[in-house]
Amino acid sequence: MIINHPLLGPRDAQEFVYLGDASLIDRPDASGETALDDFHDYLYLRDNPAGSHKELWFHEQGDRSWLVVTRDTRTHEITHVELAFEYAKRRGRDK
Amino acid sequence: MRYSALRILLEGIRGHTGWKPVWRDPAPQPDYDYIIVGGGGHGLATAHYLAKIYKKARIAVLEKGWIGGGNVGRNTTIIRSNYLLDGNEPLYEFALKLWEGLEQDLNYNAMVSQRGILNLCHSDAQRDAFRRRGNAMILNGADAELLDQHQVREMAPFLDFENARFPIKGGLLQRRGGTVRHDAVAWGYARSAYSHGVDIIQNCEVTGFKIEKGLVKGVETSRGYIGAKKVGVAVAGSSSRVMAMAGLHLPIESHVLQAFVSEGLKPLIPGVITFGAGHFYISQSDKGGLVFGGDIDGYNSYAQRGNLPVVEDVLEGGMALMPMIGRARLLRMWGGLMDMSMDGSPFIDKTPIEGLYFNGGWCYGGFKATPASGYAFAHLLATDAPHETATELRLDRFRAGAMIDEKGAGAQPNLH
Repeated sequence: MIINHPLLGPRDAQEFVYLGDASLIDRPDASGETALDDFHDYLYLRDNPAGSHKELWFHEQGDRSWLVVTRDTRTHEITHVELAFEYAKRRGRDK
Repeated sequence: MRYSALRILLEGIRGHTGWKPVWRDPAPQPDYDYIIVGGGGHGLATAHYLAKIYKKARIAVLEKGWIGGGNVGRNTTIIRSNYLLDGNEPLYEFALKLWEGLEQDLNYNAMVSQRGILNLCHSDAQRDAFRRRGNAMILNGADAELLDQHQVREMAPFLDFENARFPIKGGLLQRRGGTVRHDAVAWGYARSAYSHGVDIIQNCEVTGFKIEKGLVKGVETSRGYIGAKKVGVAVAGSSSRVMAMAGLHLPIESHVLQAFVSEGLKPLIPGVITFGAGHFYISQSDKGGLVFGGDIDGYNSYAQRGNLPVVEDVLEGGMALMPMIGRARLLRMWGGLMDMSMDGSPFIDKTPIEGLYFNGGWCYGGFKATPASGYAFAHLLATDAPHETATELRLDRFRAGAMIDEKGAGAQPNLH
């Protein structure tokens, strides 16, 4: 697979490390009343779709940036790549 | 029809005109007592034990394609029970004991071959870990032997013992481990289940569950609605997709695991051998092909095919372990879908929906567990209580903090 890095251009997926579903960016509120349930779901449960999947890849052997890659899990086709911090900002995270 | 040497002789004389199909292809009935979703090894084994051991009737196995067309036909056929943790080892040892009597139980030649599995160690620390694991196995009634380098040399002189980076120091041997003809497992269970009255319904995809007030009533399928008192789902690889139709969110990711087979060679590899420094395991099939594999590709996938970096990694592992295989030509490679769970261990449990039961999360260790998985799942379906070897394989174990994490890798499915 080739990941089209937003800053570096097309890079071999071998340079990256895979973490998992990009929902890991949406860390629950630790002081909320339902924090225990929220963290259980956040840490252990996954949508695991057959189709389009947003996921976190780390460019370990490159510029060490985190990316959010949108990839079809049935074909391995990558349709969108963006920097994780930009994705996180859009979802209301401050960093 | 009972199979025997005499039967083969008689059929030889009659020109093999007397063989009959071993299961019929029934149309689904309007309702059943038990529906098993998934006609793979685990689903068919469940149906077999449910009918034969637990004496239940009105059972159907629903399979979206043809039986044995999924992971039971895609694995590297290894059986073993060399696990460390108490939540796992009793189940796998139970499976190994069932494998030992499987052919008599099913009256079917599944080519169970206890040729031994040898895990190599390459450092003192690894030998210590193997000693601990071997002791845990023995405590659970399995067999284990710690071999020194000399003993390994006698068994497998072709290994690269003097490898500068990963010299072979010894190994953990389980003599009762080995290989089984994988397709015959599916066919043998199907034949036996059918002979005990189970309907095996192929080309029948489950498209939804009918659930009323938290109680399962039946399943919607591509061949119409089928009612059921109890529904057991055994579709590892696609568990998340199927259980999502019942509104369940699982601690599972689907990953692809690749396997490989070389051209046929003369007898070369005595049993199953695994590399302790990389991830590489190899055995030789009865046809002579070297069957081997390594790690999963490492990212979510439903593609049933992998990518080249892992091919390279597996073959590098093979070359580091036994350089001679560089002369063999690769014949075929393929991929299968793994339910990778959050702690690397499986589930055999009830669900929050009454009458709906789940068997999955087998990571890439499902084949060896097939008989025990079917037995324990049948026990759960029949009695509503977990089988004694599967009490810890709970869906809620993460909430309870009772993970069964053999590797200690944490909630990271691609590392298990």
